[in-house]
Amino acid sequence: MDERTSASPPAGTADRDAEDGHARATAVSMDFKSLQCDLAAVGYIADDALAMALRLCVSLRRPLLLEGEAGVGKTEVAKALAAVLNARLIRLQCYEGLDANSTLYEWNYQRQLLAIRTREHERLSADEIEHHIFSEAFLLRRPLLEAISQRTPPVLLIDEVDRADEEFEAFLLEILSDFQITIPELGTVTARSIPHVVLTSNGTRALSDALRRRCLYSYVDFPDEQKELAIVRARLPHIDLQLAEQVVRFVQVLRREDLEKKPGIAETLDWASALMGLKMRSLDDDPQMLQASLICLLKTQADLKAVPREVTERLVGKVA
Amino acid sequence: MIAAQPEGDVTGVVARLSGFMAHLRVNGFAVGPGETEAVLTFLAVGDLADARWVRLGLKTMLSGDRGQWERFEALFDAYWFGRGVKRAVTSGAISRDDDRRPDIWRAVSPLGSSAELNAAVEQRGQEEGKPLDGAGQLAASRQNLLARSDLRRLANPDEVAEAERIAERLARAIRYRLSRRRVPSARGRALDLRRSIRRNLSKGGEPFELIYRRRPDRPVNLVLLLDVSGSMKIYSRFLICFVRGLLGAWLETHAFVFHTRLVHISDVLREHDQARAMDRLSLMVEGFGGGTQIASALKSFNDRYAREVLNSRSIVIMMSDGYDTDPVDAMVRELARLKQRARRLVWLNPLLGWRDYAPVARSMAAAMPYIDCFAAAHSLESLAALEVELCRL
Repeated sequence: MDERTSASPPAGTADRDAEDGHARATAVSMDFKSLQCDLAAVGYIADDALAMALRLCVSLRRPLLLEGEAGVGKTEVAKALAAVLNARLIRLQCYEGLDANSTLYEWNYQRQLLAIRTREHERLSADEIEHHIFSEAFLLRRPLLEAISQRTPPVLLIDEVDRADEEFEAFLLEILSDFQITIPELGTVTARSIPHVVLTSNGTRALSDALRRRCLYSYVDFPDEQKELAIVRARLPHIDLQLAEQVVRFVQVLRREDLEKKPGIAETLDWASALMGLKMRSLDDDPQMLQASLICLLKTQADLKAVPREVTERLVGKVA
Repeated sequence: MIAAQPEGDVTGVVARLSGFMAHLRVNGFAVGPGETEAVLTFLAVGDLADARWVRLGLKTMLSGDRGQWERFEALFDAYWFGRGVKRAVTSGAISRDDDRRPDIWRAVSPLGSSAELNAAVEQRGQEEGKPLDGAGQLAASRQNLLARSDLRRLANPDEVAEAERIAERLARAIRYRLSRRRVPSARGRALDLRRSIRRNLSKGGEPFELIYRRRPDRPVNLVLLLDVSGSMKIYSRFLICFVRGLLGAWLETHAFVFHTRLVHISDVLREHDQARAMDRLSLMVEGFGGGTQIASALKSFNDRYAREVLNSRSIVIMMSDGYDTDPVDAMVRELARLKQRARRLVWLNPLLGWRDYAPVARSMAAAMPYIDCFAAAHSLESLAALEVELCRL
């Protein structure tokens, strides 16, 4: 993308093959701190480990595999990275039964049929028809093909890769190592630029060692109190500081309870804005309201039952 | 210590780094020369005195899963700073290495490919009764032997580990066959336009012959009930691996173990870390009494879980030897209830593989009318044969 500014340092490092050894060297040695600051500027608070992982992902051109519980902000990382690099974000959401066709390319069949019809009277040979209808004009690009045909490297987010099956994983591995795609009717398409690849996984299925070896790895944990407070304040600038601190501390202790589904950052943010909407200044203001608002944090019936009023009061006692 | 290395002393750094990689390998990390090279390129451009920077970079580049991610710091400190105990070859590290997540490439590598395994299994299904012959079928000859021998006879830990691996691999192969990928077919819901257009090009592009795609019409709901009582002790270890392999994210599977009580274990088995899963499991099973109460276990299944986990496409797989201390008629009653909800009931009985075994145990004989498929589960081969049955049901 041409609107990308070369002013921001990480964008500079993202430059294509043109960069010489020296430039590459400085790029790699560049401190992850600067990237951390850039991420903060677009509203994403990353800890050192994550910033380092992204730094390496961008500089070494290796895919980055992010694992962690649902709701720790894995998907957001890719969005923030795209914003920092001023690159396009191409997202591939994985699901059961996902196959190569729907991730690479598809022919525009309606147009193909139409073209065959309209050219009927021209009495073309089968070869000529074939040549015509299997040309670029009839090609529909799907995320993976789209990602490697960009002029400037986009950020390719392969979300929840563990949801796809093992066959797709093997196929993905091939794409990620060669960055080229063979379309029988057109020939081999080689990458115009190598995308920055971020894969996320929730650990519903064990990923293969081969894929793990190909990728850089980072485990994204629930943020600590300080980081979570920073996130809340970054996302909800108008929140009362006292309330923000209490909310974060409450969620932190709540995560230590034995829950089916621990509240993620998104839940914290939801709850904080709900409390702001309810005009609560402090968690001990209105116990009844507080208990009712817990539906923002606890998303299963069992969890709601596990945190009755007494438990809430005990937790509030700890944080308020 | 890194900081102690003079800047120019490249060979020193390389030697120390190779040592570090070896240290990681011993501790179960899958790192090779490729990784070493990448790390060297990374270190070449940075400030080696900045331990935090080096540590984070190496952690990102070298760890491959959550377990390694969490252990990395300790290993790093142990090697570069001599802090803490150097974790040499502890038993934990070994078992971790053995349990490393099986993947379709490595897991089936001795077998060629999963397709080959499937082919072998299919063939086995067709020539029912004939033993698998020759290498390259189910496995190399040594594994072949292992697959056929009764699981009771395995004594040494290596064999046991190997058998467990095969059991899990088989289960994965079966699970894969049961997945819901669309396949081309002569009739179906959705048109496969890509294939149709290709096929009809020779007719001037006029779509004469249409090709469809459909979701394979396969059962996608398995309910596994595993007997872990004393009499099943020798088999339940392998069977639990088999069960674990069958549990998958995209296949709806529920697993239970019973003894004198019934426990739902799907969540435990889905635990990412296999060692931890086994720990949790043994904790859950520990409190149980001695005998087997199939009827009570079935009753609690019918009362508590059946509504939730069974549907008209459910296949219930019961793995038990049928020795029961409950009254026979109670078990029959519960089986009848179970049969009403489930589509098929498969009973895997390890004893069936024994020569001259006939289901004479009273409870087993009484259960026979309710069972759709009564099969052996005494060897890995018999588990592989199960695939054909499952696809047919």
